Amino acid sequence: MTDFARSLRDSFARLGDPPGRGGRIGLVRQAAFARFAELGLPTVKDEEWKYTSLAPLAQIPFAPPEAEATPSRVTLGQLDLVTGGPPGDGAVRLVFLDGRYNPELSSRAASAGGTFIGSLATAIAELPELVDRELARHADDRHDGLTALNTAFVEDGAFIYLPAGAELQGPIHLLFVSTAPAKPTLSQPRNLILLGEGSQATIVETYAGLSDDVYFTNAVTEVVLGESSHLDHYKLQEESARAFHIALTQVRHGRHSSFTSHSVALGAALARNEVRTLLASEGSECTLNGLYMATGKQHLDNRTLIDHQAPRCTSRELYKGVLDGQSRGVFSGRVLVRHDAQKTDASQTNKNLLLSDEALVDTKPQLEIFADDVKCAHGAAVGQLDEDALFYLRSRGIGQEEAKGLLTYAFASEMVNLIPLGPLRSRVRELVTSRLPAFEKLKEVA
Amino acid sequence: MTRTEPMLRIKNLRAKVGDKEILRGIDLEVGAGEVHAIMGPNGSGKSTLAQVLAGRETFEVTAGEVLYQGKDLLALSPEERAVAGIFMAFQYPVEIPGVGNLYFLRTALNALRKRRGEEELDAMDFLALAKEKMKLVAMDQSFTGRSVNEGFSGGEKKRNEIFQMAVLDPKLAILDETDSGLDIDALRTVANGVNGLRTEDRAMIVITHYQRLLNYIVPDRVHVISNGRIVKSGGRELALELEQQGYAQFEPPSRPGRAGGEAAR
Repeated sequence: MTDFARSLRDSFARLGDPPGRGGRIGLVRQAAFARFAELGLPTVKDEEWKYTSLAPLAQIPFAPPEAEATPSRVTLGQLDLVTGGPPGDGAVRLVFLDGRYNPELSSRAASAGGTFIGSLATAIAELPELVDRELARHADDRHDGLTALNTAFVEDGAFIYLPAGAELQGPIHLLFVSTAPAKPTLSQPRNLILLGEGSQATIVETYAGLSDDVYFTNAVTEVVLGESSHLDHYKLQEESARAFHIALTQVRHGRHSSFTSHSVALGAALARNEVRTLLASEGSECTLNGLYMATGKQHLDNRTLIDHQAPRCTSRELYKGVLDGQSRGVFSGRVLVRHDAQKTDASQTNKNLLLSDEALVDTKPQLEIFADDVKCAHGAAVGQLDEDALFYLRSRGIGQEEAKGLLTYAFASEMVNLIPLGPLRSRVRELVTSRLPAFEKLKEVA
Repeated sequence: MTRTEPMLRIKNLRAKVGDKEILRGIDLEVGAGEVHAIMGPNGSGKSTLAQVLAGRETFEVTAGEVLYQGKDLLALSPEERAVAGIFMAFQYPVEIPGVGNLYFLRTALNALRKRRGEEELDAMDFLALAKEKMKLVAMDQSFTGRSVNEGFSGGEKKRNEIFQMAVLDPKLAILDETDSGLDIDALRTVANGVNGLRTEDRAMIVITHYQRLLNYIVPDRVHVISNGRIVKSGGRELALELEQQGYAQFEPPSRPGRAGGEAAR
């Protein structure tokens, strides 16, 4: 048994009573822990983990924060400093420290007109039936030890419920912040987002750390989209340099619903972000955008599954990676067009820019089609900076490093410009620019 | 640099790409205030000469020297050459989506100014300068909001090159087939822009396949390049002679394969 598994077994044994009445959560937890015990951490022998080794993580005795632990003193100023402030006008903010909801740092939870924006722990107490109906029913953990692990410790996270027709004025900002824990801490936020018929929301998940200690975030977000609802979902992964970060966003579409995902992965020593969308009902749309920028010895893995189950659904996917230093990037995108998914329109593109000779990327676009009347396209590219363009810039007097920075920005900015939320776009642009070669000279780019 | 020293002196310049020798001993002198036209058939090496002067690393210089203002030009990187006052208008300007045209040019100008020990221009001062220079090639405001050459027509790209030249204010400008792909109106606009930049202390090397451009940009000297060498030099009348007789007279009697100057863009 790995140190990781042993530590989690001990933690699970010490886990308090499950929240809520009726006992379902307790049963779900036990079943999930049994599954984690059986599956363990994935290894590179698993096809789905072929390019990402969790061996370094397995040796660390991570544990969830103690239940009685007093929350660290964190100020809003500190949070703004590491996360860049509100992502848009009128943002509602929910803050989670080491996975636990912190009411002092959060905006007042709104619950007007049936809308609920607050913590999962509160929702389990106040809206048990609603939570029970959807929680841990979408994120599949049958082959996924880490999702099982999250479910085994399910306790807190964000719960967002919009009744039919609800439209929010501003975005909801979920901040998941690791404080400076004494021991290697495992935070496992569990988020549940339920959009009623015709409702619309914009949700931003930011993951960051306040210290340079080793910690591990293992997050799961389940999204259930009602008929004709629309969700813009952003995930900014800016964890600190020694962190591990694994996250799954699992989406289930209702008829004519649409989902847009922007994943920006910049931080952590090792991170993997997975988005799975289930186009289960007719006429739905999903757009998955992703940008990953790694440097040093970072390892950034991106995984997507777009599962076309129903006819006349559209999916668009564009992921771009910039790999510098000795970093490694992974893109593994699977588009599955099932037998009944006629008139599917799917396109998938992955483009990678390697800035150094030692950087590496594995790209694996997969398109599996079992229907016969579909329009599908996919492609992947790995390249270096264009020599003609570099020479063009240098011939105008721009130094080599600065020219590389400009061209890298040009490559990455396409993804930045796809973000419609102004303040968030500026924030991401700033983060992207700060990772460019000769960035100090390129502050005003774009 | 003495008064008699030309701005640019090329002596027996040889260059190759891979195993293929493209420049096979070029000799050329260009003085301040002079405009020299270099003409030649496709593959003769004229674009290679332009790129070697601008510092393109694709080409390996195997022999000879290039003195610019009395100093060894070949020892400098492309950006150092730009700082020293060399500018090449590209035959195929590169599109750079995502980088604003004016941002790019201000970055370039400020890089030059900084290295020359001059003060950098702020956005406002730069914009004033840019607007003034845009008039030279009849560029409208819409250029300012676009990415570098992205979606530009052939004519717009060439005008953008001359606009850049006007802003960067070089001492030696090399125009590499600036006329290619232009209709007569665009050619006239570009040529007017170039003529507006002729000064007593600026030298220009105008590379072209066709005499047509030289009706608008009248050169002081014309050189014919063939198979990597300058085979004839003369006044502007030489261009007219070429127009009538073509390049056939300068082609080597038999050539196994072309010298490949065009392949290098």
